[in-house]
Amino acid sequence: MNNEILTAQELKKHFHTNRGIVRAADGVSFGIRECETLGLVGESGSGKSTVAYTIMGIYQATSGDLLFKGKDITRESAKRSKKLKQDIQIVFQDPGSSLNPRRSIRQIMDLPLNVHNIVPKARRDEQIAKLLEMVELPADFMYKHPLNIGGGERQMIAIARALATDPSFIVLDEPTSALDVSVQAKIINLLIDLQKELNLTYLFITHDLSLMRNMATRVAIMYLGKICEIATTAEFFSKPLHPYTNMLLSSIPVVSAEEEDLKPKKIVSQGEIPSPVNVPPGCSFHLRCPNRIDICDKVDPKITEPEPGHQVRCHLFEGSS
Amino acid sequence: MGKRLLEIKNLQVNFDVYGGSLKVLNGVHLTMEEGEKVGLVGETGCGKTTTAKSVLKILPMPPGKVMGGEILFRDADILKMNDNEMRQIHAHEISMIFQDPTAALNPVFTIGQQLMEAIKYSSDNSLSRKEIKEQAVGALRDVSLPDPERILENYPIQLSGGMRQRICIAMALATRSTLLIADEPTTSLDVTIQDQVLRLLGALVREKDTSTILITHSLGVVREWTERVYVMYAGSMVETAGTEELFKNPLHPYTQGLMAAVPKLTGKGIASGIEGRIPDYLDPPPGCRFHPRCPRAFDTCKKEKPPYFDADAGHQVACFLYKD
Repeated sequence: MNNEILTAQELKKHFHTNRGIVRAADGVSFGIRECETLGLVGESGSGKSTVAYTIMGIYQATSGDLLFKGKDITRESAKRSKKLKQDIQIVFQDPGSSLNPRRSIRQIMDLPLNVHNIVPKARRDEQIAKLLEMVELPADFMYKHPLNIGGGERQMIAIARALATDPSFIVLDEPTSALDVSVQAKIINLLIDLQKELNLTYLFITHDLSLMRNMATRVAIMYLGKICEIATTAEFFSKPLHPYTNMLLSSIPVVSAEEEDLKPKKIVSQGEIPSPVNVPPGCSFHLRCPNRIDICDKVDPKITEPEPGHQVRCHLFEGSS
Repeated sequence: MGKRLLEIKNLQVNFDVYGGSLKVLNGVHLTMEEGEKVGLVGETGCGKTTTAKSVLKILPMPPGKVMGGEILFRDADILKMNDNEMRQIHAHEISMIFQDPTAALNPVFTIGQQLMEAIKYSSDNSLSRKEIKEQAVGALRDVSLPDPERILENYPIQLSGGMRQRICIAMALATRSTLLIADEPTTSLDVTIQDQVLRLLGALVREKDTSTILITHSLGVVREWTERVYVMYAGSMVETAGTEELFKNPLHPYTQGLMAAVPKLTGKGIASGIEGRIPDYLDPPPGCRFHPRCPRAFDTCKKEKPPYFDADAGHQVACFLYKD
């Protein structure tokens, strides 16, 4: 797999708190191929955002390796080259807080163009107008302030800002979870179009599996800091293996009978997500797992690959690879 | 057909703000019978919560102001009730579950203090302390919380989000109200926990025969949970039908757009959504409030507010396309 643009190997990020060590990301391995969208799904506290922030260099990884285009980038943002920062961008969940309310859109968009010296000063406004056009906003938007535009438009601005440095890889951290569905649809379609047009690679983080079905080429599921299953989207939804994946899929409220048929047989969701400070021994999911066997509360399962490209971390499948 | 429990007729509510009046509710209609489970769907800012708070009469007034309409609860107009009568309604008849359980529970009192207060209030002080405690423990057991005696001593911060929402449900149901208004009860929860909480709520309201209004923006939740749906847009009720009928045959262009925009598990891509955004309530568009975003709008829509047209038995839609 030489065309992997980003590879994470046994990535760990631990936080030391008064109550103990929080293993927010605990041995996460995955690869993202060029021009694909890897969907990272998980419930709150599963460590999705920690992985994203570690890739961005906002956090320094505790251990493990991150390779970007074959080079090691396992270091904080301050120690990364400008060139690298230009190539990796992020769109945050809440555009209300990721855009400075005291600056105009023009000032917001001007910053990356200036820092990375993308175009000379005289041609900046022209470039900003071009970027706004890419996200289907009129050029006179640059004179507005974030507070005077709608939530969906703010997120468009955040996307345009990420595109300003002409990146090849963008982390999308729940870009539409703060928005209504009618606005979400527009943004998702825009992201898909931009990806084709500009050959972008996405790491798309969300908790919405139905959205993932329509957006991702491959899906990875996280639970308590570990990835429990990775597969191509079609395979993931037609042949989910991990009991947690099945539980998630059967919990989704859907809007048509046709979708109802695609859900695995009802697995009654039980138990709470344990606190990440106090992860249960063995497989971290064993307390909630309907298919638990003896070994589960003692030994942490290893990643196995029952089918090519379909990895799962569960004792039930350890014999089958 | 059961007895009519609640009827909201043409409710209009404004909020006075600096620079004018926000015309938030502009003709809300809702009818429900005893024992019915009704869903109220719409996007952010369409007035779902304002409607719910009007029914409970807990809207801050001012700035809120009821401009017209009636809210009939068992044929008595809630809007005309005095404080004493309202206290009776709160104690025995209507209770509410709020979206954010963390904000709904007081952080400086224990769960027990808060829950027992609610039970004491709804029993008109007729119970002994021991009986109140017994009921509190029973209420927590009803919502499948382990070790209820210990939880009564806990503060909200010691519990997880899903547990806190279950406490709120326990509190709302412990008063044995006739009508429960659940305002986005699972929006702040994860999908597997949402599933648990909704199943639990469903079982409890069935068991106690509580009529329920479920307010949500999630069409999927409404489909799995309710018998009748009301769709709201910009302060008006635009469509209502039996749940199955509405999902099979949505008529209003807004409902259709909304349904198409929901990402589906079948993975056939996402429709383009609805152009534009919710109107400015200071100066809402005349006529049908949806017309600036409506792909099928024509002249009449810009001038007149559409009345309800009967499309089918029990299926009403406020749109001139169905006038015949």
